[in-house]
Amino acid sequence: MHKEIRTPISNDQIKDLKAGDFVNLTGTIYTARDSAHKRMIQEINENKQIPIPLEGNIIYYMGPTPAKENQVIGSAGPTTSNRMDKFAPKLLDMGLKGMIGKGARSKAVIDSMIKNNALYFAAIGGAGALLSEHIKEVKVIAYDDLGTEAIRALKVDKLPVIVVIDRKGNNLYVSEKEKYRLDI
Amino acid sequence: MRKINSSQITENVKEMCIEANYYLSEDIEEGIKASFKKEKSPIGRQIIGQLEENMTIAKEKKIPICQDTGMVVIFVEIGQEVLIEGDLIDDAIQEGVRKGYTEGYLRKSIVKDPLIRENTKDNTPAIIHYNMVKGDQIKLTVAPKGFGSENTSKLAMLKPSDGIDEIKTFIINTVDELGANACPPLVIGVGIGGNFEKVAYMAKKSLLRPINESSKLPHIKELEDELLIKINALGVGPQGLGGTTTALGVNIETFPTHIAGLPVAVNICCHVNRHITREI
Repeated sequence: MHKEIRTPISNDQIKDLKAGDFVNLTGTIYTARDSAHKRMIQEINENKQIPIPLEGNIIYYMGPTPAKENQVIGSAGPTTSNRMDKFAPKLLDMGLKGMIGKGARSKAVIDSMIKNNALYFAAIGGAGALLSEHIKEVKVIAYDDLGTEAIRALKVDKLPVIVVIDRKGNNLYVSEKEKYRLDI
Repeated sequence: MRKINSSQITENVKEMCIEANYYLSEDIEEGIKASFKKEKSPIGRQIIGQLEENMTIAKEKKIPICQDTGMVVIFVEIGQEVLIEGDLIDDAIQEGVRKGYTEGYLRKSIVKDPLIRENTKDNTPAIIHYNMVKGDQIKLTVAPKGFGSENTSKLAMLKPSDGIDEIKTFIINTVDELGANACPPLVIGVGIGGNFEKVAYMAKKSLLRPINESSKLPHIKELEDELLIKINALGVGPQGLGGTTTALGVNIETFPTHIAGLPVAVNICCHVNRHITREI
């Protein structure tokens, strides 16, 4: 039932993935939230190199709890994606192929995903303990001063996510809701 | 007068911050389990299954259920016959939050200034509500709330002529528009009446009532039941990915209001509806 995908993700793999697919992600992904996005866009505007290699890669909108001594990472679930909507099209234009978060996206982001052949995955919001079990290594690679909002490279093993918006713009938030909506 | 040292308050708040973030209350746990059986969407059922698994992992490994360990809201009921010795109660509570969030490996999500946005690094300040009551005890309720759901809350100053139909429409539309972002299945906290600040306070406070316990007022119980059915008919479903479980419960609190007004507030909470109460 679950499709196994390794990062970086190829255009062929993106073609095979459709809204509604359950996916296990393995490989390296990068975290960035509000402040990290703001800073990256500033750096892009100043023609500086940003810390995330975008081409073929995936950004996870996540800020973890601190790890205990015997842990790789603390609780690690997704944050609400729409706060990143105004930054996402720029990163997609530069090669970003996937985003992991929760909740609906703006039309501008979806249009940019279609244009750039990219995917939006949902991880289960509020399941931070479960998701942390699939994170095997963590390295802060930039913006250390932002604390939980710093950019981290995560090595993940079978991280469970769902394709909610695919490269054609098929959107589970719209299609599945319609299926179960009753007029009462 | 019964004397209570402020250090006792600090210690209790510390422990409660940690426990509230690691363990869900029984009513919510039961509500999630029951929704698994009722949910019609296969995707929805898979999601609820993962939420159950998540609660077990958090409990066994003593780690936060959710990475957003929230901004802490504390409700304090102080018996009139209590004398607090030591530090100011406000300082004792904030120290408890500071210790809890540091020693409990909880995420520090609070910024000092809403515009400058520099992290306070210890998750203080908490928001504290005080009430004086009879007796010689202090009752503390610690309720950390994440902003995924907090950001979806709304307040409306309706007109008295709008009546119950507009109240229902406002609540249902709020969930319909924003619910998917708030990590459903949700608990919907509603305040009706009072004034601008009282109604928001009631919406938040209603989230403390167990979801399997209805309002004691018959007409409000009826409204809670009807809203739950209508909200679950929206199709939003677990995580907003479609289904029949959008909310686990609707809790409403009411208060007298002015002849010219009908305030309504909706404070949406995700399934990680954390709160813990202790008496000292």
